[in-house]
Amino acid sequence: MNAPAYNFAYLDEQTKRMIRRAILKAIAIPGYQVPFASREMPMPYGWGTGGVQVTASILGPNDVLKVIDQGSDDTTNAVSIRKFFQRTAGVATTTHTRDATVIQTRHRIPEQALAEGQVLVFQVPIPEPLRFLEPRETETRRMHALADYSLMHLKLYEDIARHGRISTSYAYPVKVQGRYVMDPSPTPKFDNPKMNDCAALQLFGAGREKRIYAIPPYTAVVSLDFEDHPFERYRHDARCELCGADDSYLDEVITDDRGGRMFVCSDTDYCEARRATADKPHAVPQGYPA
Amino acid sequence: MTISREEPLLAAEGLTRWYGRQLGCRDVSFSIYEGEVLAIVGESGSGKSTLLQLLSAQLEPSEGHVRYRMRDGVTRDLGLLGEAERRFLFRTDWGYVHQDAAQGLRMSVSAGANVGERLMANGWRHYGRIRATAETWLDRVEIDRGRIDDTPRTYSGGMRQRLQIARNLVTEPRLVFMDEPTGGLDVSVQARLLDLLRGLVTDLGLAAIVVTHDLAVARLLSHRIMVMKGGQVIETGLTDQVLDDPQEPYTQLLVASILPA
Ligand SMILES: Nc1ncnc2c1ncn2[C@@H]1O[C@H](COP(=O)(O)OP(=O)(O)OP(=O)(O)O)[C@@H](O)[C@H]1O
Ligand SMILES: [Mg+2]
Repeated sequence: MNAPAYNFAYLDEQTKRMIRRAILKAIAIPGYQVPFASREMPMPYGWGTGGVQVTASILGPNDVLKVIDQGSDDTTNAVSIRKFFQRTAGVATTTHTRDATVIQTRHRIPEQALAEGQVLVFQVPIPEPLRFLEPRETETRRMHALADYSLMHLKLYEDIARHGRISTSYAYPVKVQGRYVMDPSPTPKFDNPKMNDCAALQLFGAGREKRIYAIPPYTAVVSLDFEDHPFERYRHDARCELCGADDSYLDEVITDDRGGRMFVCSDTDYCEARRATADKPHAVPQGYPA
Repeated sequence: MTISREEPLLAAEGLTRWYGRQLGCRDVSFSIYEGEVLAIVGESGSGKSTLLQLLSAQLEPSEGHVRYRMRDGVTRDLGLLGEAERRFLFRTDWGYVHQDAAQGLRMSVSAGANVGERLMANGWRHYGRIRATAETWLDRVEIDRGRIDDTPRTYSGGMRQRLQIARNLVTEPRLVFMDEPTGGLDVSVQARLLDLLRGLVTDLGLAAIVVTHDLAVARLLSHRIMVMKGGQVIETGLTDQVLDDPQEPYTQLLVASILPA
């Protein structure tokens, strides 16, 4: 087959224009959830159809695409989305954060600081941060309209009352440009500070819930907290066993069926780059059993 | 109590509410002053809840107005307040105690969070201070501090109602609306709650508008009473006077049947 049976990047131009309008509106109102007419994509919802539609709408032939899933370029999800755009748009792809112009991500922000001109596209399962205590959509919309966000602090209060500290570690709520409270999707709270004053454009697409929201470059993003329980970044207190990094977000990996485990960078590109440039092997990490 | 040179806290003027062709209440006018407790009594369907919702700006009147003197001293027409201003009133200067505590509480979060919510809504951002204030309020409504982290689901009916009161009073409102606050509780539990309410209302100098069909509640809590029938106010006056010497035949019937001499 010579000519593909679908348009560039799968979606037809009219759909892309509709989604771009939603994206522009989202950029104009940082943190505000813009409804859009989400389309069926040739993959199940859990696979990030919201992010895929956003990526499809902003991709041009000269873009270089990177796709990560929990920090990794090699999971089934990441590989199939990357292949999808290779096939439907013929764009170049990369695993190097630095070389990418568009990065679609599920649940992580790369360790490498993002640059101007880059776009980070998040796959979002549940866009509404107020949903957990207020199931009524009409009411959550009104709360956003009135900037009535005491429910968010109610949740943090409950966290501290139950666990002695703010135990929320993923999807940690943020306030964008002093106005809208936003769910940063299930990224670890370790990544929250990266959203603040970020040089890249951050776009969020929720396919099943039909919402798009955005953080324009260099926007203030503040994690909610209490004066006596300030926001704290969290990572395992260890080094990556592969590259020795002590500043990256670590995954705990099970290495055998006898309970063996080790910590490694969740961001595979970051880890590989460090290993490639290391002229000597990194010191054996200490402080936890081998 | 009503002899006051100051302006009323709240004034209803010709309040009428139709539900389609069904009358809710008709042409109700009265004033309430700071520190005054008004009971609204009447049989089922007489329009008590309708009136309470009109007064608290949760329902729009078909005709008439409600004027309220805000904390800054300016009297406003509630019908002209924006949604944000209405909500602000509800989390600062007003309380609303529902008959069914589950409607007035968040049943899935702890008692401490229930009491602390209004503080957080008013910008409190210090966990320790929010919790300490919640503890003080649990004391005041006679709930063991040790239950602060339990959800109201684990509370008895009387405790839930007391928690609902604490949640409402934590910002020291000037006016509290109560719709059958003792309804559905055992008689002994009712008595304790009434006692507590009476103490709080006096200590805090609260104004309150209490809907009840129980004349004993009206007698114990209120300074003034309004008797409703078929959506209209048929008799009004000082509580003791109305209950001891009712003028209207309907009120006489009401008093005779519920408070046998
Ligand atoms: N949402 C509604 N739609 C239609 N009619 C209503 C509605 N709410 C109340 N009514 C009617 O308005 C009248 C007054 O009702 P309301 O609930 O105010 O009485 P009430 O005095 O509070 O009664 P109860 O003691 O049973 O609570 C009744 O005839 C009632 O049927
Ligand atoms: Mg009623």
